[in-house]
Amino acid sequence: MDLKQLYQDIILEHGKSPRNFGKFNGYSHHARGHNPLCGDLVQIYLKLNNEKKVEKLTFEGSGCAISMASTSIMTELVKGNSFDVAKNIISIFLNMIKNNLDIKSTELNEDQKTKIMSLSGVNQYPMRVKCATLAWHTLASAMDEKKEEVNTEITE
Amino acid sequence: MNIKTIKSEFPIFSNKVNGKTLVYLDSSNSSQKPKSVLNSLDNFYKNEFSNIGRSIHSLAVNATNKYEETRMSIKNFINASSKDEIVFTKNATESINLVATTFGQQNIQKGDEILITELEHHSNYVPWHYLRETRGAVIKFAPIDENGDIIIDKLKELITSKTKIISVTHVSNVTGTIVPIKDIVEIAHKRNIPVLVDGCQSAPHIKINVKDLDCDFYVISCHKVYGPTGVGILYAKKKWLEKLPPYIGGGGMISEVKKDKITYASVPEKYEAGTMPTAEVVAFNESIKFIQSIGIENIMKHEKEITDYALEKLKTINSVNIIGNPKNKAGVISFTLKGIHPHDISTIVDEEGVAIRAGHHCCQILHEKLGLAATARASIGIYNTKEDIDILCQSIEKCRKVFE
Repeated sequence: MDLKQLYQDIILEHGKSPRNFGKFNGYSHHARGHNPLCGDLVQIYLKLNNEKKVEKLTFEGSGCAISMASTSIMTELVKGNSFDVAKNIISIFLNMIKNNLDIKSTELNEDQKTKIMSLSGVNQYPMRVKCATLAWHTLASAMDEKKEEVNTEITE
Repeated sequence: MNIKTIKSEFPIFSNKVNGKTLVYLDSSNSSQKPKSVLNSLDNFYKNEFSNIGRSIHSLAVNATNKYEETRMSIKNFINASSKDEIVFTKNATESINLVATTFGQQNIQKGDEILITELEHHSNYVPWHYLRETRGAVIKFAPIDENGDIIIDKLKELITSKTKIISVTHVSNVTGTIVPIKDIVEIAHKRNIPVLVDGCQSAPHIKINVKDLDCDFYVISCHKVYGPTGVGILYAKKKWLEKLPPYIGGGGMISEVKKDKITYASVPEKYEAGTMPTAEVVAFNESIKFIQSIGIENIMKHEKEITDYALEKLKTINSVNIIGNPKNKAGVISFTLKGIHPHDISTIVDEEGVAIRAGHHCCQILHEKLGLAATARASIGIYNTKEDIDILCQSIEKCRKVFE
């Protein structure tokens, strides 16, 4: 295990200054993720426009550096994509974290791949996987218009 | 007292964790086990194993005697009046559930009040919550002040004619607050209210004298007292054990069983249904002997020295905020680090072989009061040294470097 793999500069930087933070008026989808054991909390707000494109995506919440950075990076990667591409990015991420699968997608450019890969170190720390995946499952839940709160302490 | 010699009694410290010497600062969660306890488990299963209290062959008689010897040791350890006041359970949680359920059945009606405090572990809240759900009980929380001490005057004010039981921890597993149990019992008994004391965090660290405390119930978790998992203790004044109904039904807790009628065994067997964790109870006697061989006064002195040293050293790290500053504090130190989440702290110090806990420590009510989602916690055991604290502080500095 290597701490530097887990706490890469990009993660620390996103953890400190998360992008797309805050609620906005006029969102079309919302979901809440909460891991009661560690206290991580995330609220996802997104606006899907008429062409089913993720026009806007923001979050509010608090948690460890891994969960905050993962959420921040997620909003950057997903925003501006179509519904289907967004769903695909979520599954690429979850496959990488949970199944250690390589990223072969043509939907991500090199910069995006670097960003998503910066979170790959988490799979060496099984206890922290739930931190990284909370926002992604919550986003999927918001897109699917599910009502119940997401909890990755139970599912991961 | 030589801590190096004491530490060498614990085989786990000869192993490496992440390539580093283990610095174990999670004893509030569970303690490590000395050789004598491990040898007892091994020896009992290898050479002496039998179920207890039923068969009359030699092995069974010997096993029963050893099981009862532990009961006697516990009676002396906490200064109970009789060994019949000691009930073995699965864990301290079960001990509290036993009291809540049986006491509730007999004494709690709709609108009756149960008084606990904001310091309580979930295991001293959830069992009472069941009575709120099933019997319409009301739960009140005695508040704490900013230091983490229970405000006794407020506790007094919360007692009404409907208060049926007070349940309170002896030592907080977050702030380390040592609660003035004797004062609370005195207040409660003036109004004929029984008191349950959660002794999970006190039993391994401070002298317990249930006769002096005069509490009605006292629960202990053996795995925190350098003993095996799977054993808890319920001390209860004999009048309560005799008066309250049985809890779990089955073999061992009965006297006579007919098709239309069942009578129960006398106490404490009335509360020990089914096969008990025999080997673990027998081995727990070695935990008590281990503590007695060092002397509880010496343990208290050593742990206070390490705790004071830790508090002093942690305070020199600028970004450390220590949670609570109670009048009397046991070796439990919860803290936060500015700008770094407790889970990140725990992961980073773990790389240095330092085991601490991060989270709400099963005290969500207290964390809500503190306005914190989580804290990091270092808790002291008999085997901890000043060197352990130095390594903790160095690894906290490392956290700061990672996050700089």
